[in-house]
Amino acid sequence: MRKFSLGLLAATAVVALGATGAMAQIKIALNGPLTGQLASFGEQMKRGAEMAVKDLNDKGGINGQKLSIVFGDDQCDPKQAVSVANNAVKEKVAAVIGHFCSGSSIPASDVYKEEGILQISPASTNPTFTERGYKNTFRVCGRDDQQGQVAGDFIASRYKGKKVAVVHDKTAYGKGLADETKKRLNGTHNIQEVLYEAITAGEKDYSALVSKLKQAAVDVIYFGGYHPEAGLIVRQAREQGLNARFISGDALVDKQFWSIAGASGTGTLMTFDADPRKNAVAKEVVDKFKAQGYDPEGYTLYTYAAIQVFAQAATEAKSVKFADVEKVLRSKTFKTVLGDTAFDAKGDVKSPAYKVYEWKAGAYDYVN
Amino acid sequence: MEYFTQQLINGLTLGSIYGLIAIGYTMVYGIVGMINFAHGEIYMIGAFIGIITFSLLGAVGITWVPLAILLVLIVSMFFTAVHGWAVERIAYRPLRGSFRLAPLISAIGMSIALQNYVQIIQGAKIKPMQPVVRGNIPLMEANGFQVNISYLQIIIIVLTIALMAIFSLIIARTALGRSQRACEQDRTMASLLGVNVDRTISLTFVMGAALAAVAGVMVTMYYGVIDFFIGFLAGLKAFTAAVLGGIGSLPGAMLGGMLIGLIEAFWSAYFSIEYKDVAVFGILVVVLIFLPTGLLGKPEVEKV
Repeated sequence: MRKFSLGLLAATAVVALGATGAMAQIKIALNGPLTGQLASFGEQMKRGAEMAVKDLNDKGGINGQKLSIVFGDDQCDPKQAVSVANNAVKEKVAAVIGHFCSGSSIPASDVYKEEGILQISPASTNPTFTERGYKNTFRVCGRDDQQGQVAGDFIASRYKGKKVAVVHDKTAYGKGLADETKKRLNGTHNIQEVLYEAITAGEKDYSALVSKLKQAAVDVIYFGGYHPEAGLIVRQAREQGLNARFISGDALVDKQFWSIAGASGTGTLMTFDADPRKNAVAKEVVDKFKAQGYDPEGYTLYTYAAIQVFAQAATEAKSVKFADVEKVLRSKTFKTVLGDTAFDAKGDVKSPAYKVYEWKAGAYDYVN
Repeated sequence: MEYFTQQLINGLTLGSIYGLIAIGYTMVYGIVGMINFAHGEIYMIGAFIGIITFSLLGAVGITWVPLAILLVLIVSMFFTAVHGWAVERIAYRPLRGSFRLAPLISAIGMSIALQNYVQIIQGAKIKPMQPVVRGNIPLMEANGFQVNISYLQIIIIVLTIALMAIFSLIIARTALGRSQRACEQDRTMASLLGVNVDRTISLTFVMGAALAAVAGVMVTMYYGVIDFFIGFLAGLKAFTAAVLGGIGSLPGAMLGGMLIGLIEAFWSAYFSIEYKDVAVFGILVVVLIFLPTGLLGKPEVEKV
């Protein structure tokens, strides 16, 4: 037995050596909230990335080299994000897919910029991320100024003459989005909000906020923030008998929102890019996810697409060096599960299409 | 007036929960003279045991709400108390008599260890639970603003007052309470007079943990969402409550908890919610400048 296992060990060693000799693996980093309050988004990213890498490797990888993922858990904490970024640098990754939260992506991008590492975020929507003239920052999702515009226009047209309150959670994403929506409401539509408040993310008690909203007799609550707080606010509002319409952004695209809010979440609105699960080009991938018993909601397919973009650009450039890949990224259009993806000079996608969704019975769909 | 009443109810509910956790800090400080930083995590464990017991009871088919709540409270208090006892046994007792900072460091280590332990065995995701007790009692209404007190808020406030009374009685009237007061005054002398100091300290941790478990179960039912990280923020607020009320004083902890809950609610109500924590800690600073031992704390007598 002992001899046998030794022999086996030697055999695998030879195979392993042969493999590394023939082709070094390309490492990419997946950095996001794998644990913590927003772990469900981390799972979306992880699922998307694992499927994308598996599909690519099954087709032979990039230029004959296989891909492997280095996971980094930033818990959506800006400080943690920087240390995760440094770890990715140490691992000598060719590209970083991430991070999820804007508050993490922005500080981490400084590290990647210094080291010349490509960063494609599947989900960070704060405009600042691509506004600083960095060459290495790209994203496959939209921006909060676009999202805020859609939300602002929607509120102005559907809730004319109603009282609107704007609430945010003080994070880069939440405050950024709330302010973009407020700007649109104040500027274009000349609607002044009756209340503008900030809460602390991670707390559980929002009863004082809810009573305040109720006292102001608001009809519409616009919230910039993530789903754990959104779910709690909706739930506590309904418990106190406040039936104002709750509207938020793309951080509600997770079924966990429903498991927190429960039936109170019915009628909650949110803005999000056109649902990629409905794309004809994504059907094959979506079916594969469904066969695993997983619904590729929210940012799952965006993460998948971010890796597709990197792989196609690297294949085209015949290199994984940042300078070569970047040139291709800015000039070509890529075929991804999101449809045709192309980037502008800043690194934003050219055609984001924010839509308004409504939560109903544990699922969300376009509002009619 | 209606708005004021509603915020008063909100503040009292929140304050009750802070108070229940704060008692654990204050009792341990009174007797052992150390801050048990792992106490916030004990509360978090109480909440987790609560949510697990709720789902087990659901599976067994016990759905009569008062019985279910009672069973959950008992189970959670028991298992959380076991955790509290174990923490003391593992992390603090071996360091008793060592230099002052040793148990403090060990407490911080314990807090991190407990957090990671729950994260690993229960997963890092948040755990939601649908409301067990629903319903409101409308108290008054004016200008379209209805003041509601929910059944759960009543349960939380009443339970807190009842537990507070029971624990005050235990400390004032029973043999255990007498040993606790003896240990508080002079541990060496108490042991010379036949008080089992180790056992008394263990029981203090058990009592603190049981109260934290009640707070944990209440929070689970009231907010319906818990995660492995809730102990940190709640622990910080409860610790502040204990210091504000005068650390070492049982009524002080309750008073401190209520005050912090009320300050948070009323600051949010009439000023900016963004700055409510600034208000709480600002008031703490002012109180400590004028009353260094807190509102109801006794000044420490230098023993010679």
